[in-house]
Amino acid sequence: MSEASPAKAYALHLGVIALLFALSFVLPDYHHGLLARIMVLAVFAMGYNMLFGYVGLLSLGHAMFFAAGLYGAGLSVIHLGWSLPLAFLAGIACGALLSLVIGLLALRTTGVAFMIVTMMFAQVFYLTILYFAAWTGGDQGLVVPQPARVLTFGATSLDLTNPTVRYMSALALFSVVLLITLAIVRSRHGRVLVAIRENEERTKMLGYDTFSNKLAAMIVSGTICAASGAAYALLFGYVGSSFASVQYSILPLLWVLLGGAATTLGALIGTVFMYYVIDIASGYTSAYLLIVGIALILLVLFFPKGILGTIRQRWLGWLP
Amino acid sequence: MHFGPHLLLAALEGLVTSAVLALTALGLSLVFGVMRVVNVAHGEFFMLGAPLAWAISTAIPGHPTVGFLTALVIAPLIVGAIALVAERLVLRRLNYNPEATIVATIGMLYIIQQLALSFYGPEARPVEPPFSYRILLPWFGYSGYKLSIIAASGLLLVATWLVLTRTKIGLIMRATQYDSETAQAFGIPVDRVYAGVFALGAMLAAIAAVLIVPISQAHYLMGQDPLLLSFIVVIIGGLGSLRGTVVAAVLIGLSDGIISVFFSPTLAKIIATLLVAMVLVFRPQGLFGTAPR
Amino acid sequence: MMPLLTTKNLARNFGGLRAVDGVDFQLMPGEIRAVIGPNGAGKTTFVSLLSGRILPSSGMIVFDGDDITSQAAYVRVRRGIAYTFQITSVFANLSAYDNVALPVQRTLTDGRSKGAVRTGVMAALERTGLADRAHMPAGQLSYGHQRLLEVAMGLALKPRLLILDEPTQGLADSEIDNFIELVREIAKSATVLLIEHNMPVVMQLADRITVFNAGRILAEGTPEQIRDNTQVQEAYLGTAP
Repeated sequence: MSEASPAKAYALHLGVIALLFALSFVLPDYHHGLLARIMVLAVFAMGYNMLFGYVGLLSLGHAMFFAAGLYGAGLSVIHLGWSLPLAFLAGIACGALLSLVIGLLALRTTGVAFMIVTMMFAQVFYLTILYFAAWTGGDQGLVVPQPARVLTFGATSLDLTNPTVRYMSALALFSVVLLITLAIVRSRHGRVLVAIRENEERTKMLGYDTFSNKLAAMIVSGTICAASGAAYALLFGYVGSSFASVQYSILPLLWVLLGGAATTLGALIGTVFMYYVIDIASGYTSAYLLIVGIALILLVLFFPKGILGTIRQRWLGWLP
Repeated sequence: MHFGPHLLLAALEGLVTSAVLALTALGLSLVFGVMRVVNVAHGEFFMLGAPLAWAISTAIPGHPTVGFLTALVIAPLIVGAIALVAERLVLRRLNYNPEATIVATIGMLYIIQQLALSFYGPEARPVEPPFSYRILLPWFGYSGYKLSIIAASGLLLVATWLVLTRTKIGLIMRATQYDSETAQAFGIPVDRVYAGVFALGAMLAAIAAVLIVPISQAHYLMGQDPLLLSFIVVIIGGLGSLRGTVVAAVLIGLSDGIISVFFSPTLAKIIATLLVAMVLVFRPQGLFGTAPR
Repeated sequence: MMPLLTTKNLARNFGGLRAVDGVDFQLMPGEIRAVIGPNGAGKTTFVSLLSGRILPSSGMIVFDGDDITSQAAYVRVRRGIAYTFQITSVFANLSAYDNVALPVQRTLTDGRSKGAVRTGVMAALERTGLADRAHMPAGQLSYGHQRLLEVAMGLALKPRLLILDEPTQGLADSEIDNFIELVREIAKSATVLLIEHNMPVVMQLADRITVFNAGRILAEGTPEQIRDNTQVQEAYLGTAP
């Protein structure tokens, strides 16, 4: 937040992006595929962090924004035969519109009521997907066919089912969102968001329309989550209602708590860590959600600042 | 069947739902009212009652009534003890911070659900009802056991109400609800009241599950719908209001039973959830509550 | 001259209690006005009505010729009514710099250049003597410095009316002297409305004094007039027969 060391912060973030780029050439196939998926989901976590970390609004319904992007992109390819870039934009637009509407309603409440209201709206969204199973595939979901996932520019074509193309597309989205996030939190708007988190009443008395600021943050957050969902549909070729379930509202919360709320890189760290833990655990037991439950409780009890939050507090005060 | 008897049947089914829902929601409402925290794991405390009832009633030989009645006493006690441990180990350490408590109880939800999956398994298992007498109405026969659920729930609700309004324990609870700091200053052990209320809330849910399990089977995911419905009831009834909770439970239970006869259950759920979210947005004190002080 | 601020029959009830009860009040541009009165007289409720933190039950507030009775607090701040809190409420986890940057960046109309924010922030911090503590988290400043930071934030809003709610509460004597100088300095560019218990401070600073009692204005006048007013003495010392 401070004015100092912008160069250091940008260098760190570009370094992380460079590292992820380099990893593409050295990782074994399995981990290569996993990391591509993780980067897309880390975008989801970054979108969540925008609202939870910086504005202090704990939503329990962000799965609906992810799913809006997922279905917006997936269904426009499957049913309307739209091209990939257009479908991606459609997904993002769905998320932006949904977050505007939900924001206008849910932001009238605060605290616990906000958590419950967002959860209920997400539940409505989830049930709506099940209700219109004829178009959405219900809980079976739908597969985006492979031929539809090839992008053609004249003579050259880009096949999103190719692992390297998929990895690089995920990295591109991740990098753009990471840098946007960094720019927002370092901007004046970012300073106002943190002020709202710290003391909304006081922020009003400095002449800020806190409702509009929160609504803006909600839309940015929802749109980023929708971008993640849209990318997920197009890169991994599947849309399903489980991505709209309560569990997918809890997961980004867990990733952000673990990595460190209100840190730009915490979303990535938390997602990588938790994804691998669950991946390993699900090799042994079908009850892998047990890990999620235990992690949530341990985090709120003993480690509320998360990994990067603790590092920032102890050693690196300049971390954005 | 004609329309009239059809409606009567739907209303009876609705009353059974209402009875179970009122008990479950009352537990959630008490915890919210006194402790000012939302227990997202409430549905899992409900669920735990069912597999426990199955385990206890199958372990006890002889007439099903003996097994069922034993389960009706023992299962809620076990669930209450689990809730007590969870309260001491987690909620108290969080100082009952409302937001941290929600996150932590989400964690409990997953832990309880997954442990039930590990130890009880993914199957749905039936529990034999304590008696199988059928009451013959002019148009159809109706399960006497279902009617006894309504009666049992009614008795428990009245008992809870009497405890809350007529006893010293009730007075202590109400004092804590009204102003925990002042209560503390007057020597009320607020800490222990919280622990007791949390356990009591879980036990009410567990009793509801034991009552319902002879007609619906025990399954490790059966806590999800009651959680959502309890939220709906507590919000409509006004957060922390006992009378509102019961009225709303009857309303929701009846309309759920009647609506699901005519509409698809998914559509009914969509409409109900959306309406309740709107109530919370535009009338946070509930339909029957009064505006905050 | 037209008053900067006028209230007409302003009232606010809390349940059965009439905290502010039909107040007609006028404030001239450029003056330093002190509001005094016993505890529970409705002073803080009154200034909260002016700043828009709470809305009146009835009555009207006019600022600079416009009716602002139903305007949101943040709109009033933008019109030039700044309020510093009675209980210090700086953003404890943000640096002193960021605390002041929040009001500075909002008043800037060019909106872009980082340099302008920095200049504005440092000017406000210099004026309150906090420049060397710019990068300390506000929560780690001493109490007196937090009060000054609160004033710096008010100043940075470039207000036309600055409302100070018990600004000297908890300050040491040496700090109070500096504070009096600061308020005189502020009054050159803004009208100051001050709730204050410390009578020496009131007598030194105020051009005029308004005395509240039981939600109503009991008396109004120059410091000398108020000092000699028997009604005021009664309100403070208990009802004489």
